[in-house]
Amino acid sequence: MIRRVFLALAATAALAAPLAGCSGKGGEAKAPAGPQISGAGATFPAPLYAKWAEAQKQATGLTLNYQAIGSGGGIKQIEAKTVAFGASDKPLKPEDLEKNGLLQFPTVMGGVVPVANLPGVTPGGLKLTGPLLADIYLGKVTKWSDPAIAALNAGAKLPNLPITVVHRSDGSGTSFLFTSYLTTVAPQWAKVGASDSVAWPAGLGGKGNDGVAAMVKQTPGAIGYVEYAYAKQNGMTYALLQNASGAFVAPTAANFAAAAAGADWTKAPGFYLLLLNQPGKDAWPITGATFILMHRQQSDAATAKAVLSFYDWAFKNGDAQAQALDYVPLPDAVKTLVRQSWSGVVGPDGKPVYQPAS
Amino acid sequence: MSAETDQVETAPARTAKGVVFDRTFEALCFAAATLLLTALGGLIVSLAIGGWPAFRTFGLRFFYTSTWDPVQEVYGASGAIVGTLITSALALAFALPFALGVAIFLVELCPERLRRPIGTAVELLAGIPSIVYGMWGLFVFAPWFAKHVQMPAMMASPPGSVWEKLTAGVPNGANILSASLILAIMILPFIAATMRELLLTIPPAVRESAYGLGSTTFEVIRKVSIPYVRSGAVGAIMLGLGRALGETMAVTFIIGNAHGFPSSLFASGATIASTIANEFAEATGELHTASLVALGLVLFIITFAVLALARLLIGRQAHS
Repeated sequence: MIRRVFLALAATAALAAPLAGCSGKGGEAKAPAGPQISGAGATFPAPLYAKWAEAQKQATGLTLNYQAIGSGGGIKQIEAKTVAFGASDKPLKPEDLEKNGLLQFPTVMGGVVPVANLPGVTPGGLKLTGPLLADIYLGKVTKWSDPAIAALNAGAKLPNLPITVVHRSDGSGTSFLFTSYLTTVAPQWAKVGASDSVAWPAGLGGKGNDGVAAMVKQTPGAIGYVEYAYAKQNGMTYALLQNASGAFVAPTAANFAAAAAGADWTKAPGFYLLLLNQPGKDAWPITGATFILMHRQQSDAATAKAVLSFYDWAFKNGDAQAQALDYVPLPDAVKTLVRQSWSGVVGPDGKPVYQPAS
Repeated sequence: MSAETDQVETAPARTAKGVVFDRTFEALCFAAATLLLTALGGLIVSLAIGGWPAFRTFGLRFFYTSTWDPVQEVYGASGAIVGTLITSALALAFALPFALGVAIFLVELCPERLRRPIGTAVELLAGIPSIVYGMWGLFVFAPWFAKHVQMPAMMASPPGSVWEKLTAGVPNGANILSASLILAIMILPFIAATMRELLLTIPPAVRESAYGLGSTTFEVIRKVSIPYVRSGAVGAIMLGLGRALGETMAVTFIIGNAHGFPSSLFASGATIASTIANEFAEATGELHTASLVALGLVLFIITFAVLALARLLIGRQAHS
């Protein structure tokens, strides 16, 4: 019997060996001729990074392997050093960057847009304020005929429908921006707080932007929030929001850019800046950038250099592609600040790995 | 020809080579089984280790509270556990009669020409990826369900009655009941196909003798066919239930994804699998990740318990 068990164990080990082997050496495939970089993280900028990578492969031979696994995954992967860069829609706080020896910079911006399904109301035909939006999402304002909504929308024909609140069910940078905005402008939202996923006091969740968009479209009286591109491409009824200057603004690329232009990036260490409720009469109040995370101290200078040259190239040549996909390029002044920050990425010799050409 | 000579002719003599082969074959089979058990054990252990911070922090509260608040880092699994159990039980209740009907029709009643097309269609249904069911559920089924089932049900329920409580919810078709229906459609082919195979194992002589005694078709099905395959049928049903318990994408699309205790059939809810699918990618806090892994362990245990129960039932019926 003992012999039989021994035989069996040996055979088990023999069967298991190839399994163990393949888990150990996954990522050692031979690189193709051009430089190759790997990144992982946020899903929001993934279509744009793919476009940029395609264009740049043609232009310079640089290959990007980007895994859109979500911002949380991007942060975990860069901390574990399994990728050359991580990507997150949620900026890390300066102290977290310090703790992990990371450098952070924004690449492109987008906006979060409240959308609604209101029979008889056209896109832009609904005005909302931050505190009112918070009350709706808290489940305090439950009918479209509520006096608080009517007071803002004199002249609009609001149906007497119950409000169905729709939020993201998956953890997402969009939810992070939206809840951060509510925390910024509405004290009553503080008990819920701001994060990728929160304990929503009311409503139901849709998976992804498409899930939220579908539920809003299918439910008369629903309100939700999606990334700008979804609202625009689906022709949804968006709401005008009151910004910090008191003006009701529409979610447009120009107004997102106005939010970024009004912000003071020079006073934001590690570019930790949420473009929420920014000053400026045109500024869209729920604007945000998406970020890249890299280690300051690089053991492989060539790869780090390739990452930075990728984004340098994209800043110079990628704005049109970004706009075509409904992303908003960074203002030139911010791009300059970002390039300056890159001197913080140093190789084993202690020298910056990349010197922007300009 | 006598039985003895027959055996000599067909069975090869035991040779030294044969003995060695036998030993090796036995060892390999034993190894395969051991490897599987090791993997299963490893799964439990790693889930327990990964979920430990959650169990340590919340203790038993993790199982009976329903708060799910990533901001305050307070997690309770009961909403998801109840959602999982309700949707799976309802799905099974909806699917079982239909699956039985399909299987019995195919084996006992179906005209020969239709047998193959219908049988193949049922099996194909089992092969459709769950994400397809989910998308169909969200974009096609949910709006239809909201308009033709949910709204009429809500309108018809008298104010203040139990029915009003049971049908309360947002009329957009994303709720516990519609998730259960989608699940039912998904598990139906599994149960029907297995059940059909089981019914086909009944020797024709058994059925024929029942007919010979003057039984009607219904009596044959009820008193001969079904009792004959009963223990196997429990296995088929549990296979379906197992799929319903662990189904992720389809449910995520259509259940409405609201944490907490579902308050009615038409309320949005969540299941363990949908919660994990929704939040794992973006969970950054240690406790959040740990709680999701702990949920995974709970689902594992529930599924394991259900399947073990099924084994027990089969065992008992085989004896009786």
